[in-house]
Amino acid sequence: MTTVQTGIQPISTGRRVKDRIVQMLVYLAFAIAVVPLLSVLWLVVKNGIGRFDLEFLTHSMRNIGARDAGGGAYHAIIGTLEQVLLASLIAVPIGLLTAVYLVEYGPGGRLARWISFFVDVMTGVPSVVSGLFVLAFWVLALGMPFSGFAGAMALSILMMPVVVRSAEEMLRLVPNDLREAAYALGVPKWRTIVKVVLPTAFTGILTGVMLAVARVAGETAPLLLTVFFTDSINNDPFNGPQMGLPLYVFDQAGRPTDTAIDRAWTGALTLILIVMLLNLVARLIAWWRSPAKRGS
Amino acid sequence: MRRSAFRRSRGDAPFRLASTGAGVVLLAIMAAIGVFLVVKAIPALQANTSNFLTEKIWNPNAVEPAFGIGALAFGTVLSSFLALVIATPVAIGVALFISHYAPRRLAAVLGYVVDLLAAVPSVVYGLWGVVFLVPFMRGPSEFLNTYFAWIPIFGGDQVVGKSMLTASIVLAIMILPIIAAISREVFLQAPKTQEEAALALGATRWEMIRMSVLPFGRPGVISAAMLGLGRAMGETIAVALILPATFGISFEILGPNGNSIAANIANGFGEATAVGRGALIASGLVLFLITLVVNMAARLVIARRKEFARAA
Repeated sequence: MTTVQTGIQPISTGRRVKDRIVQMLVYLAFAIAVVPLLSVLWLVVKNGIGRFDLEFLTHSMRNIGARDAGGGAYHAIIGTLEQVLLASLIAVPIGLLTAVYLVEYGPGGRLARWISFFVDVMTGVPSVVSGLFVLAFWVLALGMPFSGFAGAMALSILMMPVVVRSAEEMLRLVPNDLREAAYALGVPKWRTIVKVVLPTAFTGILTGVMLAVARVAGETAPLLLTVFFTDSINNDPFNGPQMGLPLYVFDQAGRPTDTAIDRAWTGALTLILIVMLLNLVARLIAWWRSPAKRGS
Repeated sequence: MRRSAFRRSRGDAPFRLASTGAGVVLLAIMAAIGVFLVVKAIPALQANTSNFLTEKIWNPNAVEPAFGIGALAFGTVLSSFLALVIATPVAIGVALFISHYAPRRLAAVLGYVVDLLAAVPSVVYGLWGVVFLVPFMRGPSEFLNTYFAWIPIFGGDQVVGKSMLTASIVLAIMILPIIAAISREVFLQAPKTQEEAALALGATRWEMIRMSVLPFGRPGVISAAMLGLGRAMGETIAVALILPATFGISFEILGPNGNSIAANIANGFGEATAVGRGALIASGLVLFLITLVVNMAARLVIARRKEFARAA
């Protein structure tokens, strides 16, 4: 009772200790989250750098015996590039047009609400399910062979919702004044969208597409079911089994010899380099064209 | 009157049609996924000699195919649930760290570092899990089994590295970024006035967070966790590399048992016969339906507060 001299009492020890403990826990949580990232990156670089040589990048696994050293992932790199490119060619137009519909034509309509909801749900479709779908539809029902194109279709299903969401967000950022100015000049709506709205949102959309590409480039499960395996170079994505870099890592990691595990690590390193590069370029584009930098 | 002239412009109708069509194609794909999985699963289900929903063995390639989803569905739910239990507290901590603890300048960069966790392909986590985490986990698992065996999930006679626990930890790492990203968005939107009022009344930082940030963010965090759960259930390759692929139902997460629907598809596809493929498609259909329900529920929670949806 005698301690009441000022109006403000010091915070009691119990409360202060509790506050400190929570602060420590929060810092600890962040540290826990970063440790696996550092561990993964460190091990991939450490174990992958040994085989990261010219032979790895220019040779396939053809005629490489179970216990042989050597061999490379050229066939897998070619496959991944072709599959991801084809997947983008399918997913980007559909995704972009859907975003245009949601922003420019649909708002308020029932169809737009359904599409919007199912785009969100589609984000959660497991990658293995998209692979099974293409297997059931393309390979089993239509009788088509396993091919890079089948893999590209499975990947495009995973890409679409990501493209729609990011493009939609970018289109909404385009100021309405621009649209109204174009209408006032008598420009039809579709030309306004093509000549004014899309160019304004272009870099943002490009960033979204790159992030979507980075996401699917590392997918393994859909390829497993649609592209199948091969140890040889197959440059034709429309005919016969291909390989993909993630698939290559999975395949090599499942083999029992040390040389195969080494190849798996190097494959993982190559894959991470490609994905990180795509991420970095996407973020650079976003930063380069960010409103803060444009300064208008 | 002018408006009608404007609408009749050449090219407008086709463009409108194309963009509407693209949206409809998206809906059609979702429907087609369901339809084709059902169509291709039916022959295998008819050839099945045991009950698909309750049977625990998986033997669809035999002359008399017998397979059931029981053990696989159990493994999928258990591993994802464990991953959620591990990841959610850490993710909330990470989200709070970035939204309320880290220096403002650093926060964006640190958020990006956590997002990088999501950029690492799942097969790389699988490789890391098999080569590094599986041997690493043997020690801690022995410890848990020795001293905490009285907790049923840590019991059992056999302790291995390739266990449910290891798989769940890898899954937890993979779903942490999405839970953290959405929670962070929600925490950042907590009303500033309430936070300042709490601080002005003499609350410590933790009391302020407990009184104004956490109650506000609860629905967002719940739906973030559900989205994470959906992702963990569908995760394939990392789990396929780590889980021992046995069939059976056991809660002993340190022992050599465990499998999941997705992992079984990846492991079993190579040697599957026609019926075997149909059986895998049937199991994929079950996975599709489970994740669909989880995701829809999460989206409905989020949709009530539209502004959170951005981070997903």
